[in-house]
Amino acid sequence: MIRRFLAIFRARNIEFVRDRSSVIWNLAVPVLLVLAMAWIFSEEARPVFKVGVVAPERELDSETHPFFSTRHIQFITVADETLAIRKVTRHQLDMLLDPTGKRAYWVNTDSPKGYILEKMLLGSGGTPLSRAPVSGEPVRYIDWLLPGILGMNMMFSCFFGVGFIVVRYRKTGFLKRLNATPLRAVEFLSAQIASRLLITVTSMSLVFAGMSTLLDIRMEGSYLLLFVVAALGAISMIALALVVISRVNSEELASGLLNFLGWPMMLLSGVWFSMEGSNQVLQAASQILPLTHILEAARAIMIDGSGWAHVASNLIVLSAMGVICLIAGAYLFQWRSEA
Amino acid sequence: MNATPILEVRDLRKRYSGVTAVDGVSFSIPEGVCFGLLGPNGAGKTTTVEIMEGIVDPTSGAVEYLGAPRDHRFREQIGIQFQSTALQDYLTVAETLRLFLGLYRRTADLDEVVTTCALQELMDRDNRKLSGGQRQRLLLAVALLNDPRVLFLDEPTTGLDPQSRRNFWQLVRKVKKQRKTIVLTTHYMEEAYRLCDEIVIMDRGTIIAQGPPSDLLAEHFDDTVLQIPAEDFSIPPEHFPFNVLHHDGNVEISVKDVDAAIRRLIDCGVSLRHLEIRARTLDDLFLELTGKELRT
Repeated sequence: MIRRFLAIFRARNIEFVRDRSSVIWNLAVPVLLVLAMAWIFSEEARPVFKVGVVAPERELDSETHPFFSTRHIQFITVADETLAIRKVTRHQLDMLLDPTGKRAYWVNTDSPKGYILEKMLLGSGGTPLSRAPVSGEPVRYIDWLLPGILGMNMMFSCFFGVGFIVVRYRKTGFLKRLNATPLRAVEFLSAQIASRLLITVTSMSLVFAGMSTLLDIRMEGSYLLLFVVAALGAISMIALALVVISRVNSEELASGLLNFLGWPMMLLSGVWFSMEGSNQVLQAASQILPLTHILEAARAIMIDGSGWAHVASNLIVLSAMGVICLIAGAYLFQWRSEA
Repeated sequence: MNATPILEVRDLRKRYSGVTAVDGVSFSIPEGVCFGLLGPNGAGKTTTVEIMEGIVDPTSGAVEYLGAPRDHRFREQIGIQFQSTALQDYLTVAETLRLFLGLYRRTADLDEVVTTCALQELMDRDNRKLSGGQRQRLLLAVALLNDPRVLFLDEPTTGLDPQSRRNFWQLVRKVKKQRKTIVLTTHYMEEAYRLCDEIVIMDRGTIIAQGPPSDLLAEHFDDTVLQIPAEDFSIPPEHFPFNVLHHDGNVEISVKDVDAAIRRLIDCGVSLRHLEIRARTLDDLFLELTGKELRT
C-alpha cells in the first residue's frame, strides 16, 4: 500500500514541479499578497476619528485652523459637501468642517464620536465656526458589508466558473473539437458569458432576497438599477477572466492567475473596509478594478438611494471593461493547448 | 465523378521548433473515394490531416478545396472525428448531438444519423458512461451531423477491441455508400486495405508510396508468403531454393509457385500442420520500403 501511495505521491510531485508556470504562481501569489497587505497596512496607528474638510489639502494646517494640528484625527478633503453631510448623518464621517468658505462645522448629535470631536474643536481655539447639527442613525456594518460579500462571491463565481471550465475544455481537446466547426471564438466566448451571467445573477438575486429578508438589509434605491449594476459587473468580470485564461492550459496556472487577480481586488475594492482615507496610489489603483465600481455603485444605490445619474460613471466603466475584455479575449483566445 | 479533385495538397511542410513533422507532401483526392494516410506513429499523418482540416497552419505549402483555397464555408462542409476528443460532461448522447447540430447551418436528418451510427438505444445515456466503441460511434455521428461532403477520420479505431473495430468499419462502409469523400488516417494496415480506395504511406513526414492498395501491392510484390513456425522448419538453406526469412518465431517463405514450394516442403519432411499461406500485405510493403515494421 505504501509503495502504491509513494508511486502516486512521486508522480504528482513531478507533475507539479515540471509545470513551471504553476510553481511560479504558487510561490509568487502568497509573496505578492503579503507584500501588498504590508503596503496597505503600513501606516502607523490608525486614526481614531475621521473628519471631512471642505477645503484644498494644502489648507489643512494649523494656520488655517489650530484644530488641524490635533493628533489621531484623519482629515479627509471632500469635494461634494452634500454627500459629505449625508455621510455625517450616517456616521461614516465623524464631523465635517468648512473652515474658509461657510466657516461652519456639521456634527451628528446622535454620534458619540461627534460629541467628543466637537469638544476638541471648541477647545482648540482659532476662528469660531458656526455649528450645523445633523442627526441620523448609523449605517449598520452589515448594510455596508453585504454588497461587498455578494460582490466578492460574484467575482470568484465569474472567475472560476468560467476560467476553470474553459481551461479544462482546452486541456481535454473539447475546444479543439468545437474549433473544427464553424463556431467562432467570439460566439463561444459570448455564450460562456451569457451562461455564467444567468447563473451568477440568478444566484445573487436569490441570496440577496434571502439576506434582505433575514437581516432587514437597507435598500434605499432602485432594484432595477441594482440589477443592472450586478449584470454589468458580472459581464466585466467574466470577460476579464476570459482574457486572463485565453491561452492557459493548466488548471493550476489558471488558479494562480485568477487568485492573483481576485485577492488584490478583494482587498483594494473595499469588500471588508472602506478605502476612503487610505494611500492615494492604492485608491487610484482600485479605480481600474471592476469590483470597485460594482461596490461603489451598489452601496450608493442601497445605502444612499442614488439614482442612474449618480452611478452612471460606474456603469460606463463596467460596460467599457466588459466590451474591451471581450474583444481582447476573442483576439487572444486559443482553441488548442499546443498551438 | 468530378474531374477537379475535392482536395489537393501541394508541397506541404510543417516544422515545430526544430522538428519537421511534414516535409514536402503532395497528393490529390478525387471526390467520393475513401483516401487513406497510412504510416507508423510519428509519421506525420495527423499533422497532415489537421492542416487539411484547417486546424493547424502549415509552415509552407497549400491545400485547395474543389480547386480553390479554402474559405469560411469549408468548415460547414467537412466533418471531423479526431483521434481523441473529450465531450462536454453531464450531457447525454442526445444533448451532445443537439449541441453540435446547433453549430451548423446545413444539417443532416438527425434520426438518419442516429440510425446510421446505431445510437438509438444510447440517446439518454450520459457521455461519460459510453464504452469505447459506443463513444467512437457517437463521435462519428457528431462528424456526420452537418451532412459533410468530406469526412476526416483520424485513427478512429485506435484503442478499440477487434469486434468494435469491425463494427466501426461497417459504419464507414455505410457512409462510403452515401458517396461522401472520406480521409482516413490509420496505422492499421488491414483497416486501410479494407476501407480505402487510395492510400499514401508516410514515414518521417514524407510520402513513400501512393496509389490504390491493390496496385501498390501488385507493383511491389509478385509472390505469396508461406509461414511456418521456426521449430517445424529444419531444412538447411542449401537444400531449399526459396527466399526464407526468420521473423517473430516463424519462418516466412517467399514464393511465386506455391504448389512447387509445398511439394518441396513435403519432400523435406516438414510438418504442414501450422502452415499459413497469405498474400502480401501493406505491412510487408512498408517493411519492403523502409526496412522496418509498420507498427512501431
